[in-house]
Order: sequence, then C-alpha cells, then structure tokens
Amino acid sequence: MAYAWHWEVFLQLAASGDTTYLGWMLAGFETTIGLSLASWTMALVLGSLAGVARTLPGRLWPGLGTAYVELFRNVPLLVQLFGWYFVLPELLPPSLGNAYKQMNPFLQQFLAAFICLGFFTSARVAEQVRSGIQSLPKGQKNAALALGFTLPQTYRYVLLPMAYRLILPPLTSEFLNIFKNSCVASTIGLLELTAQGRQLVDYTAQPYESFIAVTLFYLLINVVVMTAMRRLESRVRVPGYLGGK
Amino acid sequence: MNRFVSIVFAGIVGTCISSVATAAETLKKVKDGGAISLGHRESSIPFSYYDDKQQVIGYSQEIMLKAVTAIKTETRMPGLQIKLVPVTSQNRIPLLQNGTIDMECGSTTNNTERQKQVAFSNTIFIIGTRLLTRKDSGIADFPDLAGKNVVTTAGTTSERLLRKLNDDKKMGMHIISAKDHGESFLTLETGRAVAFMMDDALLYGELAKAKKPGDWVVVGTPQSREAYGCMLPKDAPAFKKVVDAAIAKVMTSGEAEKIYAKWFMNPVPPKGLNLNFPLSDDMKALYKSPNDKAFE
Amino acid sequence: MYEFDWSSIPGALPFLWTGMKVTLEITATAIVFGIVWGTLLAAMRLSPFRVLSWCSAAYVNLFRSIPLLMVLLWFFLIVPQVLEHVFGLAPGSDVRMTSAMAGFALFEAAYYSEIIRAGIQSVPKGQVAAAYALGIGYGQAMWLVVLPQAFRNMVPLLLTQAIILFQDTSLVYVSALADFFGAAYKVGDRDGRIVELLLFAGAVYFVICYSASLLVKYFRRKVSA
Repeated sequence: MAYAWHWEVFLQLAASGDTTYLGWMLAGFETTIGLSLASWTMALVLGSLAGVARTLPGRLWPGLGTAYVELFRNVPLLVQLFGWYFVLPELLPPSLGNAYKQMNPFLQQFLAAFICLGFFTSARVAEQVRSGIQSLPKGQKNAALALGFTLPQTYRYVLLPMAYRLILPPLTSEFLNIFKNSCVASTIGLLELTAQGRQLVDYTAQPYESFIAVTLFYLLINVVVMTAMRRLESRVRVPGYLGGK
Repeated sequence: MNRFVSIVFAGIVGTCISSVATAAETLKKVKDGGAISLGHRESSIPFSYYDDKQQVIGYSQEIMLKAVTAIKTETRMPGLQIKLVPVTSQNRIPLLQNGTIDMECGSTTNNTERQKQVAFSNTIFIIGTRLLTRKDSGIADFPDLAGKNVVTTAGTTSERLLRKLNDDKKMGMHIISAKDHGESFLTLETGRAVAFMMDDALLYGELAKAKKPGDWVVVGTPQSREAYGCMLPKDAPAFKKVVDAAIAKVMTSGEAEKIYAKWFMNPVPPKGLNLNFPLSDDMKALYKSPNDKAFE
Repeated sequence: MYEFDWSSIPGALPFLWTGMKVTLEITATAIVFGIVWGTLLAAMRLSPFRVLSWCSAAYVNLFRSIPLLMVLLWFFLIVPQVLEHVFGLAPGSDVRMTSAMAGFALFEAAYYSEIIRAGIQSVPKGQVAAAYALGIGYGQAMWLVVLPQAFRNMVPLLLTQAIILFQDTSLVYVSALADFFGAAYKVGDRDGRIVELLLFAGAVYFVICYSASLLVKYFRRKVSA
C-alpha cells in the first residue's frame, strides 16, 4: 500500500511538550477506564432498581420503571450526551447553569459523560434484570412468600440472586459495551482513548498507526474484562440449567 | 480461528499492497477508467458543502471543477464521468491513499506532516488564525485571554498555537477542544468560553450562521497563516501539473477574484448568509503569484 | 436562556428522509443476518463438538472486543479494496453501503449470539435430556425443543438489541454515509442550528423506537394469549 509506516511516532515528544504520543494514549486510556467504571456503578444500581420496579405488583412502580427505561433506551446516546452537556445547563436556573459552566472544562465534560452513560446503560441493565426475574418460574416467588418472606426479602434472597446468575452473559456484554460507548464522550471534547487517537491522527498524519493502537487498547480492556467475567460466570452457573456444569 | 484471522488479514493486506502498487499514475488511471472521483465536504461553509437540493457547492468546489475541466482537455475526454464522494476530516487522507478519491478540494491545510502522505496542489486559500468573541466581552486581542476559558476545534493548528501560547506566556487559560467548528461555536455561544480561536474564514462562517450575527466580532492579531490546498495522490506529478496549471490560470486571469466575491462577499445558499469577509493582502498576493508552498 | 430556531428543518426534510432510508436499510439487513448468523453461532457455541464451539467463541469474542466504530472503520478502509480486487470492480466504485452493511451484520451477530446463548441456557436441562431420550438428535432438539422456548424468553432482549442497532447506525459517519443522524447533524452544522436539529432527531428516534417497542409488546401479548 502507498503508505509510509512510522511506528516510532508513539515515542516522539507530543505537541503538548510534557509527554510522548504514547503518553497521550495512556492518559486517554485512564480516562476511558475511570469514566466507564464510574458509569457502570451508577448503571448497575439504577438499572437494578428500575428492573425490579418493573416486576413489582400494582401499576405505579412498573409504570414508572417502564417510562424510565423507554425514555433512556429510545434516544440515541449521542443525542442524550448532547442534551446533558449543551441543552440542560441552559434550561436550569441561570445561577445553577452558570455555576456548572464555570467549572473546570475537564470536570464539566467528565460529569456530563458520566451521568449520560450511567442513565443510558441503566435502561439496558434494567431490561436484563427484568427479563432475568421474569424468566424464573413463578413458583419461586410464591414459595418464598408462602414461607413468610416479605416482598423485599423475596427479591433480596430468592429472585435477584437467581436472576443475576442467569443474566450474567448479557450483563457482561453490557459491561463491555460501556467501555466502548464511552468513546462518545470524545464528541463533547473529553480526551479519552478515541479522542487521543484522533488527536494523534491530527498531529502526526499517521492514521493507521493510531487506529491500530486504539483498537489494541480496546482489545486489551475487553480481554481482561471478558476473562474475569468468564471465570465469574463458571463459578456462579446455576446447576440444572443448560450451560450448568 | 485466530490463525485463520491472521491469515485472512495477511491476505487482505497483501491484496491491498498488490492492487495499489500496480495502480498507475492518477492521470492514466482517470483516462483508462473514463471517470474521476472527487472528494468534497458536506458542511464546510462556504468552501464545500451541500445546498438544499443536495448539490455540492462552494468556493473550493468551483475551483476543483475548473481543474476537472483542464483534466478533460488534457486527456481529450470531454465526456469524462465525475463521481462525487463526500469525505470527512478523519477519512480524507486514507481515502485518497487507497484510491477511492483522486483529489479533494475543501478546507484542507497544506503542512509538512501531511506532505509525507499526500501531495498538495497550488494553494487555493490563505487564512490567518484569529478570535471570535462577543462584542461586549472586552476581549480585543490574545493577551486579554489570560486566565479565561478559550475554545478551539480539536486537531487544528489553532489548538497547537493556543497550547504553545499558554505554555510560553504562562497565561493560565483553560483550553476546550471541541469536536468540530459547530460545537466550538456552541461552546462559545452558551458561555462556556469567552473566545473561539480558529481560521478567520471559518470564524466568519460561524458568525454568519449565528442567530444574532450582530452580537459577535472577529478580533486579534493573526497568530499564524495557513495555506489551504487541494489534496492529490503522492507520486502523481503529471496529474499535479495539470491541476496546478488550472488553478494558476484561474487566479492570474482574475476569475478567482470573482469566485471569491461570490462566496465571501455575497449571500450564499441555502439561507442567504453573507460572510462579509474582504479579500486579504495574503490572498491578493496569492492571486498574483500562485504557488504550492506550505506555511509550516 | 437559549433561543430556539427551527427554520432549518422544513427545507432539510428531503435530505433527512434520504438519511432515514439509509438507516432503515442498514438496520433491516443487520437484524436479519445478525439473528440468523447469531443463532448459528450460539448453537455452535453450545454444541458438543469442541471445534465448533471454540470457533464460535473466538468469533464472538473478537467482535465483542472491538468498538463498532473501529469495526466500521476497518471495513470501510479495507473491504472496498478487497471487493475491487476479487470482483474486478473499477476502483472508486461506491461500496460504502455494502461495506457498512457487512460490518454491521457481522458485528451484530456476535451480540445476538450472546443473547441467544443466554436464552438457550435459561431452558432447563431436562428438556434436552427428554428430547434425547425420545431419540431426537442435537440439531432437532435445538430447533424443535430448545429454541422455541428460548426465543420466548429472549424477545425483550432481542428487541432492545434491535433498538440499539437502529440507533448505532449513526456511527456510519466514519464512512461519510449520511444516515438519519448524520444528515441531521450536517444540516445543523451547515446552518449553525445543531441543538435544534439534534433535538428534532432525538424526538424522531424516540417516536420510532417507542412505537416499535409498543408494537412488539402488543404482538407478544397476542402470541401468549
């Protein structure tokens, strides 16, 4: 191919003067990890709550849970991020909006991306928690209630432990997704992995090296997460179900 | 499976190498294929963008079509087929290299880093990097930015200059790098930054697009000059010669000045915006003696 | 307070509609091929044959490890050249759409296969054992006994994935294909009305995705009734 490979660009001093281009990539890598883990924590908590709400008896809680899920999963992530970062501060009371806009730019971007990814992913986690709970035989819930468990206890000790174990494979997908989805934060200027890769292209005009490096970094994250999750999966498999050993 | 993948990958890369290595000089390729593929931008006002009828228009586009006319004459193919391929600032270099497009005229800066990968035609536009700010902001020049939030577009020369300025003069600015010019202006408009540093032609473009153009003003001493050129494949000297000659002719014949006036001093489609950006001294000099020199 | 100006939208509707057609075309192709190929992958993964299961795992893990954006980028940069070489197409033919569709279908299959695998695993083992006891082979047991039950459990997740896919088509911007989102953004950028165009796009996405999910809910109720 008519392409001049220059892998040594990674060791050159970057334009910011304080580190190499590899240093830029590593800084982006750290931001990606930090943002993803923070958002995942938020998504897991909110998603479980919303997912459980959708399986509760009555109309109010399932209704609220459904509205929550429908809102956050039916609008593209990019649009949501745009909303959190650019539109919401304009709709807040001016004092609050201005306080936000005067924060350090990095914090503003990180905060918006964190909230956005957290809510977005929580809707998807909620769907999985719900389908996990609903795939359990009705008898489990009835038996727990008959034994005198309260409804919260039934969820805490009977339904959720089973449901989480069943939905672990798709939940792993979601966990991997959040790392990859975090790249949308580059669109509001947060310098995470993808953005650093793009910066590298802009500054060195070596697109293939940069694309390959970014791909490898994501691959690394995923191999680590996937290996860990596979081990977890095989430890918590439910005997008696297909896939149980 | 992994070995399989690596074999397939090796095969693919091998295919690419062989297919491109045998590719002839662009001029011959165009002649043999009976078609030329032109890369254009989609929203780079007023250089290269879509109007309301999905037609590609703009200053750079007109110049590119002049070059195509010259290519038709050179290859003696009046019926040469023209294919328009939209490109982004991300993919324009790879697409030129893999032969998807034969040339690109938009708002691409000619610099030495890019010259390692592609060739540039005669310069078609010269810009200076300046500031866009609110009229009542009290910002008149770069020193006024000390300690303030300043926005610029990621990957541009302005971003580098701003970083350097910040380091050299210890100005304590917070530099926000937005994804594209539209988002940069949004950052300025919503009050996150006091000024937006960018190529003056693009600043005039953003100003014209603003809801209240009267609220904004372009200020400051230009921190650098940049030459926009058409990107051409490397190692295609005969092709470059034809394109260069065509651009030079447009400029020295006075035609370029008319094209300039049409796109920078008059209302342009689709919304009738007027950039009101007068011809600079650099541009006048360029029109007198066309060249393909990069400024950096 | 931000002042909204929606005047760019009416003139841009034809362009937006062209974009929507691209979005729908890619989504439909990727769903059909993704589910078919994904089911095969899941069946391979869970089959008693080591080689099959290993191949499927490698495929799924590879595709799940790379961001969709990167997959599309690689497909976009490399596949056209391969196609040109293999089929002798003229260089510069517009294969952006084909390469985007192929990229999406192969990528989504990996996700669908994980969902389907989880669905299959939620079917009690006794079902397969019973099928075997009746003298049915692996393939038939999967097709006639396991999959019908598995798909019922999976419908919500498959739907969620389809909705995600519909929204993810916006990533084709790497190949400068104007899908619906890309078209909206480009118009917004050109006219300096990004906020308005994106809010409009968000509303359209919401209406379409929400209607789709209501439709599927209605359909499911009819089936289970």
